[in-house]
Amino acid sequence: MRLRDIPITAWIGIFGIALALFCALFAPFIAPYGETEVVGAVWQEADAQFFFGLDNLGRDILSRLIYGTRTTLTVALCATVISFSLGIILSFIAAVSGGLIDAIFSRFNDLMMSIPTLIFALVVLAVLPQHLIVLILVMAILDSTRVYRLGRAVALDVAVMEFVEAAKLRGEGTAWIIFREILPNTLSPLLAEFGLRFAFAILFLSTLSFLGLGIQPPAADWGGMVKDNKDGIIFGVAAALVPGSAIAALAICVNLVVDWLLKRTSSLKGGRGDA
Amino acid sequence: MPDTSSSLLSIRNLKIEATSYPPGEPPKRITIVDGVSLDLQKGKVLGLIGESGAGKSTIGLSALAYGRGGAEITGGEVNLNGTNILALGKDGIRKLRGAKVCYVAQSAAAAFNPAHKLGDQVIEASVKHGLMSKDEARKRALYLFKVLGLPNPETFGDRYPHQVSGGQLQRAMTAMALCSNPELIVFDEPTTALDVTTQIDVLAAIKHAIEETHTAALYITHDLAVVAQISDDIMVLRHGKMVEYGSVKHIIETPSEDYTRALVNVRQEMRHEAPDQSKALLKVDNVSAQYSNGFKVLHNVSLHLCKGQTLAIVGESGSGKSTLARVITGLLPPSEGQITFEGKPLTPTLKKRSRDELRRIQLIYQMADTAMNPRQTVRDIIGRPLTFYYGLRGAAKTARVKELLDQIEMSNGFIDRYPAELSGGQKQRVAIARALAAKPELILCDEPTSALDPLVAEGILKLLMKLQEEQQLSYVFITHDIAIVRAIADSVAVMHRGKLVRFGAKSQALSPPFDDYTDLLLKSVPEMEIGWLEKVLTTRRMESAGN
Amino acid sequence: MSNTSEAGRQPGLRFRERFPLLSLITERLVLSVILLFAVSVLIFGGVEALPGDFATTYLGQSATPQAVANIRAELGLDKPVVTRYFEWLGGALQGDFGKSWASRNSVSEQVGKRLGNSLFLAGFAAIIAVPLAICLGMLSVHFRNRMPDKIINVVSLAAISLPEFFIGYLLILYFAVNFGIATFPATVYEDMGFLERIQTIALPTATLVLVVLAHMMRMTRAAILSVMSSAYMETAELKGLSAGRAIIKHAAPNALAPIINVVALNLAYLVVGVVVVEVVFVYPGMGQYMVDAVTVRDMPVVQACGLIFAAVYILLNMVADILAIVANPRLRHPR
Repeated sequence: MRLRDIPITAWIGIFGIALALFCALFAPFIAPYGETEVVGAVWQEADAQFFFGLDNLGRDILSRLIYGTRTTLTVALCATVISFSLGIILSFIAAVSGGLIDAIFSRFNDLMMSIPTLIFALVVLAVLPQHLIVLILVMAILDSTRVYRLGRAVALDVAVMEFVEAAKLRGEGTAWIIFREILPNTLSPLLAEFGLRFAFAILFLSTLSFLGLGIQPPAADWGGMVKDNKDGIIFGVAAALVPGSAIAALAICVNLVVDWLLKRTSSLKGGRGDA
Repeated sequence: MPDTSSSLLSIRNLKIEATSYPPGEPPKRITIVDGVSLDLQKGKVLGLIGESGAGKSTIGLSALAYGRGGAEITGGEVNLNGTNILALGKDGIRKLRGAKVCYVAQSAAAAFNPAHKLGDQVIEASVKHGLMSKDEARKRALYLFKVLGLPNPETFGDRYPHQVSGGQLQRAMTAMALCSNPELIVFDEPTTALDVTTQIDVLAAIKHAIEETHTAALYITHDLAVVAQISDDIMVLRHGKMVEYGSVKHIIETPSEDYTRALVNVRQEMRHEAPDQSKALLKVDNVSAQYSNGFKVLHNVSLHLCKGQTLAIVGESGSGKSTLARVITGLLPPSEGQITFEGKPLTPTLKKRSRDELRRIQLIYQMADTAMNPRQTVRDIIGRPLTFYYGLRGAAKTARVKELLDQIEMSNGFIDRYPAELSGGQKQRVAIARALAAKPELILCDEPTSALDPLVAEGILKLLMKLQEEQQLSYVFITHDIAIVRAIADSVAVMHRGKLVRFGAKSQALSPPFDDYTDLLLKSVPEMEIGWLEKVLTTRRMESAGN
Repeated sequence: MSNTSEAGRQPGLRFRERFPLLSLITERLVLSVILLFAVSVLIFGGVEALPGDFATTYLGQSATPQAVANIRAELGLDKPVVTRYFEWLGGALQGDFGKSWASRNSVSEQVGKRLGNSLFLAGFAAIIAVPLAICLGMLSVHFRNRMPDKIINVVSLAAISLPEFFIGYLLILYFAVNFGIATFPATVYEDMGFLERIQTIALPTATLVLVVLAHMMRMTRAAILSVMSSAYMETAELKGLSAGRAIIKHAAPNALAPIINVVALNLAYLVVGVVVVEVVFVYPGMGQYMVDAVTVRDMPVVQACGLIFAAVYILLNMVADILAIVANPRLRHPR
């Protein structure tokens, strides 16, 4: 693997993600104003002082955008990590054990997946208290069903290989088989899937916030900012589109990297396949 | 050498390249075929023989001006009736394919379109090229179905590909190729995917059909004995280059190259049958087994193996020979019967076996490629059983790994290589070392040489025999190759449809009087002898007439 | 085959072997019914099992115990869970979803009006998106790995990453506010003319089309490519057939099943996409109804909407599977 083999589209994606991470890490130092600080008139137009203008309460959009990166990235990342760990562990256990465990896990997963994610989230969030942890867990558990499906397919591909059988014949335990035999051979597709799930988490969180069920004000978060400023659209105030673009841009960046990772895996397979 | 001026097909200095994408490395150009020339007269058959990767299919497809999976013809000429077909335009090539030159693929099951009836697919090319009307084509297809000995030729064309057997599909594909009265047919391993006993029928049908229609053919296979039955000339290929080229008589009877000699030579007996076969190490008693869906795969199998000896299990695919190995390892517990090892009953299921029980029985697979984790080095692969069974670590482990590498005749320099950096034979040796690391009493060998080049296979067999002598190892050797059985076995078991049809010491088992199946099996295995096919067919006809 | 004789002895297996199509479809239908039932349990039971007392939520934290008890009795919350579930399910099967806690109106009445609106919007978007996506997918395959394909790839990748509300507001800002050629909000009422209705929902339809188009197009492309790389397409080429005939006669019949599957899956996706788009455009459909209900924790409405959305989704997935089964020649012509 060499740096120059990475296509330009992937570089754009990597740069975008890095920028977002930078904003999230150093928000208080980069942001010109406070997260909830009212600095001027409602929906004041953009100028040299306020790069993106002011929002529905007269807060600086750029500053809120930078602080919002923090919330959005943290919540999306937490949800993805949890959903990923959950999905992968359960799917690998199912793939390695087979039989009844596999059947029970998989049928339950089918059931969870037969309800659209957003609808399921709406039903569950209608009951649960509004809390950040609750939000992250709901996102993670719902999304882990998708991870489970892919993880099981990938793990089964590897689990039927003879070297896994050889390890079973040696008498190795499930943990060794999962972590030493299967996992190292599934890293590439799983990495791509992680990216895909992360992009989805960003979009999903934004959607929930936009519907008023995600992160609660006054904390800044991209989807919530769209909701706050949506009424301005009718008056031609584009304030809602700024955080919207940020969501889109970050999701595009992640997808560009994922696309490259996926192509790399498929050409890997092609390289192995021809005898 | 044939006269070149009147050749139907004349290939000159053919060079074919492709781009490969090795994992984690920049793409590189590889040469698949390098400077091959050949000539084929009208109505004659040329056999192309070689291992996988020898470039034989690629040469065959070049006669249709086709490169599969990114292969590009980068040099040389392919002349058909004096015209270089590589220089023809797209349209010229299209008119050639399916009309003058036709192709029969290895897997007819994949090559037929599942959505259309066989008859429509057989006549399609002839009709679309305007060579005959639909009715004429149907008549010809019917004639060909009869020539090829297909059942119910009148209605055979109304069936869909998935409704007929593999052997019938292969014959239907031959009919499809012959339908347009082509001048040349490229047969790409048409019988390789079939069982030995089916292969002989398809082979006979193909031979009969091309003789009947006076079509020339390129016959591609890895089995010299097969090609000797059907060709006039043979070209031996290795690594994309020609090794030897001449008449069948020359290649079979007076080969001049070492590689060809290795292909031709009947395997020498490497081991004399052990006289005492009474003290059993492994005893299989009335064992039956079934899959979880209730499908029974083994029926009351009883056999035994003595310490320090080799038991060969022969049979076609689906005979249950590999299943028996799975039952012995505990992967598939027997539904009835018992297996005894060193006088003690063996725990039926893998999960309940003690570590020591597991250690005593090791398994070597057919494909060393998939039997080793591609992300582990040779040190990890051989070292893991040492740690797992004997608790060896660090320097002690490394020393033992080196010792094992020594035993399999590989240098210490291989210790940090990954499987992808080894050749096929080296991979199989490492797999043997992994089995040896456990210091087992019994090694189950599941066709360990059938995926290898004959020269390499010979080396592996010799190594196994040497290790047996030195360490008093016992082998259960699963194979479909009678020649190997003759070379290395002490006792032989013949299996058919999950049943044991014959078992005994080698000298007994492989001598008459035979049971029906063993007789059929032994007679179906192609022999390295010109005219063998005719001889078998004549005997068969006489036998059926006698009945 | 050696196993035919074995299987012949069992009558159950014989039926399956003789009528694989019929038995597979029946199996799929039964599965959907079981799934629907399980989903109803999940939606009702899940809501019950989760923490939070509705009566308290309903009245606020300061409610007296007596008031809470009264309201529990009124809402039927004092009965056992199982009894309430079967009452709810029985009602739902007859089209009665009870009364909204917030407005005290019949939920079914509202659903009746709004479901039609939602399906109209989604259906209209589908009519435009499906042919467009299939054409683009074919175009992309035709120009595989060349410029048009690469452009379609990058653009569709970007489109997948756009949230629905972003596309929605972008369209509103340009077409409704700046150019003034479309209407916002997309308010429809019962006795609206067909043309007028279509004009009103132009922007939400466009949003939905854009949302679903990229997905459907990429999946179509993948489905066609996998057919094109099969061995029988090589056979067609080696028979000297023209590219057109190879595609129409050999690729199309086999690509049909996967494409149908892609379409049905995306229609299911569309049904969910409608939720956000309705909120953006203030469109009186099921999605907005549900989101409003969630905000005020109006459980009968949430449960009814959840069940209906899930049912439509399961139904579409079932249709996708059944069509794929029917399009499979191996099952259509059993041995």
